[in-house]
Amino acid sequence: MKRKLIFADFFRNNGALMGSILIGLVAFWLIVLVILPQISMLDYSFRFNLPPAEQGGPKDVYTLSNYQHLIYGSDETHQSFNTIDLMVFLRTIVAAIMVTIFDIILCYPLAYFLGQARGMGMARLLVVLLIIPYWVNEILRAFALRIIFGDGGLINEALMLLHLTSEPIDFIRHDIALYAGLGYAYILLMLFPMYNVIESLDRNQIEAARDLGASWTRIHRRIVIPHAKPGIASGSTMVFMLSAGALATPQILGGPSSLWFTQLVYQWFNNSLNWQQGAAYAIVLLVATITIVMTIMKIFRVNMGDIGK
Amino acid sequence: MSTGVAVDLENVWIKFGDFVAVREANVNIKGGDFFSFLGPSGCGKTTILRAISGFLDPSEGHVRIGGRDMAGIGPNKRPTALIFQNLALFPLMKIWENISFSMEVRGASAAERRKRADELLDMVALGGQGDKLPSELSGGQKQRVAIARALCANPDVLLLDEPLSALDLKLRQHMRTELREIQQRVGITFIYITHDQGEALTMSDNVAVMKAGVIDQIGSGKEIYDAPATPFVASFVGENNVFRGKIRSIDGTRATIETNRSGVLTAEITPAQRGKMAVGDAAMLFVRPEALTLAEGGTDTGNTISAKVVNEEFEGNTFSVFLEGDGAKPIKMSLPNTGQTRIAERGKPLTLHINPQTTVIMPAGELASD
Repeated sequence: MKRKLIFADFFRNNGALMGSILIGLVAFWLIVLVILPQISMLDYSFRFNLPPAEQGGPKDVYTLSNYQHLIYGSDETHQSFNTIDLMVFLRTIVAAIMVTIFDIILCYPLAYFLGQARGMGMARLLVVLLIIPYWVNEILRAFALRIIFGDGGLINEALMLLHLTSEPIDFIRHDIALYAGLGYAYILLMLFPMYNVIESLDRNQIEAARDLGASWTRIHRRIVIPHAKPGIASGSTMVFMLSAGALATPQILGGPSSLWFTQLVYQWFNNSLNWQQGAAYAIVLLVATITIVMTIMKIFRVNMGDIGK
Repeated sequence: MSTGVAVDLENVWIKFGDFVAVREANVNIKGGDFFSFLGPSGCGKTTILRAISGFLDPSEGHVRIGGRDMAGIGPNKRPTALIFQNLALFPLMKIWENISFSMEVRGASAAERRKRADELLDMVALGGQGDKLPSELSGGQKQRVAIARALCANPDVLLLDEPLSALDLKLRQHMRTELREIQQRVGITFIYITHDQGEALTMSDNVAVMKAGVIDQIGSGKEIYDAPATPFVASFVGENNVFRGKIRSIDGTRATIETNRSGVLTAEITPAQRGKMAVGDAAMLFVRPEALTLAEGGTDTGNTISAKVVNEEFEGNTFSVFLEGDGAKPIKMSLPNTGQTRIAERGKPLTLHINPQTTVIMPAGELASD
C-alpha cells in the first residue's frame, strides 16, 4: 500500500513519460546488468563442463561437483581436501580483511582532519591531490608500485641509504607490495564516505564533550566514531569487497608463491576454459564476502540503510 | 551543590589577526551572580564566553575563575560548563547518558550515573524520560536536558550561549523564569550571552552591554535602562527617542540643551557622563516612550515639545503614537490603555510633556543600528 503511494508520487512529480523512462532505466539496470548475469553464473556453477555437442543433451544435468572440487579437489573418494585452493581462499579473505582494517586506520585521521578543518582552503586542495593519482590507470599504478617496492626501488634505496638494512628487502615475495597496492587501490572508497559523515558532525558536539571534561581519545570513542560508523561501514564494505575481488593488483604485485582467489577463478575461465568450475568458485567468493559483511555489520550494529547515507 | 565563584576579566584583549574582537575588557562578576553579556551579533560577546570556557586564550590580559588564573588550562579542566546555542546534545546517546557524560569521563559506575541523571531529570521536571533519545524530545525539553547535563558536571560557573534563541516566544518567556529559578536554587554563577535585551533585563543581576568588542556599561538592569552610559546603550536597551542638539547651560547634574528642531529641553546628565560635558558640546537627549505624556490642556509647562501625529497603533495594554520627529525616525510615545477609544488623528499637532527624572542627556555618539 505504502509502496504504491510512493510510485504514485513519483509519477505525479515527473510526469507519466519521464517517470516511465526513469523507472524503466532503473529496472533495466537492475535486471539486465545485475540479476540476469548473476543468475546465469549461478546456473553455470551447477552444471558439468560439457563439449558443445552435448549441451542440452541427456548428460546436461545439475550437479554439485564444481563445489565439491573446491573442497576435495580431484579426489573422487572425498578422502583428502583441496588444501591448495582452500588455503588460497582463506588467505584472500584474511588479507582482504587486513587491507580493510589498514585502510580504516589510515583514513580515519585523514577524514577527521579534512572533515573538521573547515574554512581551510588546504583541505580542498588535499582532496584534489588525493584524487589526481586515480586518473592514472589501475594497472599502471600497480606497476609503479612494483618499481617503488623493487630491489633497486625508491624504498629499498632509501632504507639502505639510512643504513636501516644492509641488503634490499624483498617486498614482493613477502606480499608487502601486494597489501600496499590493494590498500592504495581502494583507499578513496574508504576516505570519502568517512569524510562525508565526519564533515556532517556538528563541531559543537566535540566542544561540548571537551567542555564536560572528555579527553581526545574519549571524544573520538564516544562522539566522532559512533557518528562516523555508517561511513566507516560503507567504506569498509566497498574496500573489502573490491580487495577480495581484485584481479589486476594481485596479478602484478603478488609474490611468485601467492595466488589470490580471483586468479584461480580467472584461470578456470580463461586457461582451462571451464566456465562452470570458475562460476562455482566465483559464487563461493561472492557468498562468503556477503556473509562476512553481513556478520560484521550485525556485530557493529550497523543497518543496511545507514550504509547508503 | 557548589557555591558561587567569582569570574574576573582583567584587561582582556582578544585579536584574530588584525581584527580586534574584544578590546580591553575589565569585568568583575561576583560569585552567585546571574550576569549577562548583552549586545548585537558580532559584538564579541560569544568570544568572551569562549575565553572564559577555555576554547580560546585571550591575546592579552587574564581570565580568573575563583581568583585562579586560567591561562593554559583547557576547557576540559576548567570549573565551567557551557550550554551551546544549538544545545549540542549527543544524538546517539540516551538522555541519561547525555546528562551523566561528565561522570562517565570521571569513571563513575553506570549505576551511580543513572542515579544522578534521574535526580537531575526530576529537578528539571523530566522525570522518567531518561531512556529516550534527544530526537524524541521537544525543544523545551531538550533545553532542560542541556541544563541538566551542564549541572551534572558540578560546575562553579555555568556559561550559556543564547540557549533560548531557538525556542518560540511563549516557551522562551517560560524558560527565562525557569532558568532564573534554577540559578537561585543551585546558587552558582551564571554567565549568559544574549542579544535580546528582554532576556538580559528579566533574568540578570548585572548586565554588561557590548558594542563592537567594547563593553560600554556594566550595571543592574535598572541602572542600564534608567541611566544608560552611552548613546549606544540608550538606543540598544529598550526603546528610546533621541533629540540631538548643543548644550546651552549646565546646572549641577542638570543640563539644558538646544535641540535642532524641538526647542529647548532640560534633563539630568546621565551619571556616567557627569563632569565630562561643557557648554556648546554636541549632545543627545534620550526620552523613553513611556516618559512622554500629553501636556494637560495643551499648555506649555516648560519642558515640552510639539509635533504632528503621523500614526497610531493599538497594542492592547498601550497605545503607541508616532509623531514627526527630529531626525529620520518618528518620535514614539506610549500611553497606557485606560479606556480611551483613540489618542489623536493623523496630522494633529500634540504638545508632549517630558518627564525629566527618566530622561537623560549625554555627549553625542553612535547609536545602535536597527
